[in-house]
Amino acid sequence: MAYSVTTQTPASRIASIAGLILIVALIALPFFAGRGTIQDMFFILTMLVLAQFWNLLAGYGGLVSIGQQAFVGMGAYALFGVVILWGLDPVPSILLAGVAALIIAVPTAFFAFRLNGAYFAIGTWVIAEVVRLLVAQWKTLGGGTGTSLPRSATKDMWFVDLIQDGLGVRSAAARDILAYWLALVLALATIGGIYWLLRTRRGLALAAVRDNMEAAKSVGVDAARMKWIVFLTSAFGTGVAGGLIYMQKARISPDAAFSVTDWTAYVIFIVVIGGIGTIEGPIIGVLVFFALQSLLADFGSWYLMTLGVLAILIMLVAPRGLWGLFSERTGIQLFPIRRTLRGGKLSETKE
Amino acid sequence: MIWVDTIIQGILLGGLYALFAAGLSLVFGIMRLVNLAHGDLIVMGTYLILLLVTLLGLPPFLAAAVAMPVMFCLGWALQKFLLNRTLGDDILPPLLVTFGLSIALQNALLETFSADSQRLPTSALTTASVQAGPISLGVMPLLTFASAVLVIIALNQLFYRTELGRAFRATSDDATTASLMGIKPANIFAIATGIALIIVTIAALYLGLRANFDPNIGPARLIYAFEAVIIGGLGSLWGTLLGGIIIGVAQTIGAAVNPEWQILAGHIAFLLVLLVRPRGLFPRAND
Repeated sequence: MAYSVTTQTPASRIASIAGLILIVALIALPFFAGRGTIQDMFFILTMLVLAQFWNLLAGYGGLVSIGQQAFVGMGAYALFGVVILWGLDPVPSILLAGVAALIIAVPTAFFAFRLNGAYFAIGTWVIAEVVRLLVAQWKTLGGGTGTSLPRSATKDMWFVDLIQDGLGVRSAAARDILAYWLALVLALATIGGIYWLLRTRRGLALAAVRDNMEAAKSVGVDAARMKWIVFLTSAFGTGVAGGLIYMQKARISPDAAFSVTDWTAYVIFIVVIGGIGTIEGPIIGVLVFFALQSLLADFGSWYLMTLGVLAILIMLVAPRGLWGLFSERTGIQLFPIRRTLRGGKLSETKE
Repeated sequence: MIWVDTIIQGILLGGLYALFAAGLSLVFGIMRLVNLAHGDLIVMGTYLILLLVTLLGLPPFLAAAVAMPVMFCLGWALQKFLLNRTLGDDILPPLLVTFGLSIALQNALLETFSADSQRLPTSALTTASVQAGPISLGVMPLLTFASAVLVIIALNQLFYRTELGRAFRATSDDATTASLMGIKPANIFAIATGIALIIVTIAALYLGLRANFDPNIGPARLIYAFEAVIIGGLGSLWGTLLGGIIIGVAQTIGAAVNPEWQILAGHIAFLLVLLVRPRGLFPRAND
């Protein structure tokens, strides 16, 4: 009798079918949804991408960074830089945004990895501040007050004409739809890529490092190398997301692009509320976050206060977040990574 | 001569940063807890002093003295009922809980006191200066620096001369063994955070007397405090003072070259020290 090793569960098979239907619906969304919905969905998808990468860093790599705004801001400024100074098209420049974030991630990691555990967190924050202050000195991109993408660049962006004619919408709406589709591609690639990474040999090593660093080292896992891989991967992804977010905004300033609240605090709350250390967690988290924002948007600082208190309560009562609570009760995992042995005598004797 | 003046002002500014950092250093040294809400607690202390000054008409120094026991109780309760639950091998819970606290506190202050910039009432003392040769020194910066030195001497005395200090050191070295000897680590931690908040109140007083403040400046104070602690080496209080001085001098020199470079120069000095001495200037042997 043949044995096989699988990570699939009945729930994950159903989830993958439901997921395919959802993806088709999301791709088709611009054909029947209004501009407001598209903008909301763009926000949700980009926050989801940031949350997935922070989760990879903190939930799997054990690296709690409060400096993700460095990569969002750097990606965004790199995009504005190559569009304004070199005249490149904004769409391909999004990838260069990721590269720019990757480039500053190397010295950041070099410094921050010298700090242990909790001090790593504030170390990344200091470096993000340094990057913000340096970028604010960059006078050609508006210095401290910031700048806008030139009209000529946003009007002739790749695919905009196509969407404009195909869907019969105005140029501004077409740009939002383009940004939405790009965000969808980025979110799917992020979730798919992280799921793939976690199922490979490296993913196994990563989970081992997360669960017990010393034990992982003793069986030959290079923990320092895993840290670098995770840090650089999430810097690249965060930079790409930053580039895309500011391509859609078309207006940038150092204080907004390097905002610790917008790009790190919100992201941390999303992951903590949804469930840290799972792929499902950030998805649930971003939906809760959006719902809370829609409900409490008019209350200003009460909203952030609620998020802060909610994050504290979740961390104390249910450290694995909402998805963790659900998953513990039901045993359901939509993105299972645990390998199980099927077939042969094992499953027969189990009956 | 202008450079000597700049450096002396920087050293005195370092006293303020050392005050910000001493509480952080104390808490980290005893329970390995990094409190990301430290800066916001300083700002909260300043608002508490402001409240006492405006409501009861107390002079700022007396208001700070009244605020101290209040802040001690607050720190004690914060540690006892919230932070103690997060301590353990996993570094995520304390970081995320104190980060949540920082954001919640910041916005609570914003809601209560609005985003307007405030200042504690100044008296003749706050603007007075003394002449030392060709250099004139502000009484306020001198007082700040002297307070920082006093706080550090007092903490060292507390650590090495009292029974409580012995309990602090024992718990810091090995909480399990200390609890076998009849010490309750949970209580020791609560007292330590209470004391840290007394120091926070002193820092808050000088923060409010020397410059304008608003609810959003907490995180930047946390960063300066953190840099001073790391430069000095974890666990060394005199190192923390030196760390504060290095940040202060770097900032005033940066500002003298170009006003936009003040903050940046402080951060760069920190990164340089981190590059050359990753464990700080006076690291403790066993961390």
